[in-house]
Amino acid sequence: MDAVIDNLPTFLEGFRNTLGLLALAGIGAFILGIVVAAMRISPVGSFRAFATVYTEIVRNTPLTLVLFFCAYLLPYLQFSPGYFQLAAIGLTVYTSPFVAEALRSGVNGVHVGQAEAARSIGLTFGQTLSFIVMPQAVRMVIPPLINVFIALAKNTSVAGAFFVFELFGAARQITNDRGDAVIAILLAVAVFYLIITIPLGLVAGRIEKKVAVLR
Amino acid sequence: MTSVLYDVPGPKARARSRVISVLGIVLIVGGLVALVVVLGLPKASANGAVQPGLWDASRWDVFNDVQVWRTLGIGALNTLRMAAVAAVLALIVGVLFSFGRAADSAWVRIPTTVVLEFFRGMPVLLMMLFILLVFSTGSFWAGVSALAVYNGAIIGEALRAGIKALPSGQREAGLAIGLTPVATRFRIEFPQAFRQMLPIIIAQLVVLLKDTSLAFVVGYNELLRSGNYNLSQFFGNRYQFSFFFVVLVIYLAMNLSLSWLARIIARRTGSQSGGVTPTDATKGPANPVDPNLVYSNALGAQSKGQY
Repeated sequence: MDAVIDNLPTFLEGFRNTLGLLALAGIGAFILGIVVAAMRISPVGSFRAFATVYTEIVRNTPLTLVLFFCAYLLPYLQFSPGYFQLAAIGLTVYTSPFVAEALRSGVNGVHVGQAEAARSIGLTFGQTLSFIVMPQAVRMVIPPLINVFIALAKNTSVAGAFFVFELFGAARQITNDRGDAVIAILLAVAVFYLIITIPLGLVAGRIEKKVAVLR
Repeated sequence: MTSVLYDVPGPKARARSRVISVLGIVLIVGGLVALVVVLGLPKASANGAVQPGLWDASRWDVFNDVQVWRTLGIGALNTLRMAAVAAVLALIVGVLFSFGRAADSAWVRIPTTVVLEFFRGMPVLLMMLFILLVFSTGSFWAGVSALAVYNGAIIGEALRAGIKALPSGQREAGLAIGLTPVATRFRIEFPQAFRQMLPIIIAQLVVLLKDTSLAFVVGYNELLRSGNYNLSQFFGNRYQFSFFFVVLVIYLAMNLSLSWLARIIARRTGSQSGGVTPTDATKGPANPVDPNLVYSNALGAQSKGQY
């Protein structure tokens, strides 16, 4: 236990970096995901095809490989803004198709009749989208989206293997220093992860329950 | 095709969207070509030495070496071996978890729920490190057991949702004809739940195959380590990009073919899933679960089921 208390500042630094990665990659993936999702539901065929191919390729690439590319190959191609930023880029790219799929399934989950009714009473495309479709889609999208971000929080641990000092990196360093207290240290790190994931999961569940009542 | 967002387009809109589509193709293809050309340009490094472009023959000649292909093949086999062992164990763990969580006795149910939440909320990588350091297994078994436990927890959650979604008449009928509760679960409820949740389970196995690459971090010689790391250390930085490219293609081939298989199985079982008769499905507490919804729930960490 003293190994955990002694190294608390190191843990907290790692925790801060994990949160930083989560925020940065989360926002990036959200923006990129919106773009990809918009391309996927657009009436323009070539955008749709491009977005589909992008989703399939990125979703079937292991995260480790993506981060390997970011940490070893981008610097080799003379693009090196620092490992933290590189890891954030990798996580952004890796998470974006999952965000896009969640958004797309939300929009497709709105019943066709809703939009048809909206158009038949004379609303324009913009009005249909902003008054009828989106308010329903957003509700359905939030729980799966939160689950994507929970997965992202867990995935930030992989960045720890690629020179980023976040929780997993902290765990590796401290277990190297204190080989006698491995169990306590790793359990402490697990607790830090659970601090992020369990509240997010509870929020997702709460929202889902609310939406289920409304529909 | 009618979509939620737009009407079936008329001739004018179709012509417009065709023009935009062609413009889009030009834009996308142009961007990709530009990327390929830029990557292929010889570039000067900081000390003034000029390196050949990435598509230059001197960066790809290693692949004439049979030994390179053998190393890659062994790496791919190691990946598949780890995925196969972990998949079998994950299925077993998943079944156990689903029975534990659906148990009647609170003494079984609550501890299982806590353990399951703990495993689901934790990164696989941390679990691998934990097993490697605490139980000092080799890197293979560290990877396998972490993957089995994590994916088992998710599969278990999916199976439990499947069991819960069955009409309660199924269980009551089983008990009524004199089966014990355990036999009812095994012979009546579980086969139906398993078939209904098969698409999710296979999707999770694809994730498992992808996640074997995490064993790279604990030092297992799988495709990523033997292909990217060992080979480019041995042959030098010059080939790094080439090795990355080949490893990426191998991974995509493996994962896409498994995903494709999953889709076929999902379509096959979809029509006959559950074996619930229409009258059963319309009344009672059993509204059929959307597999995708359960899947995203199973991925996240939630304490109570609310399907």
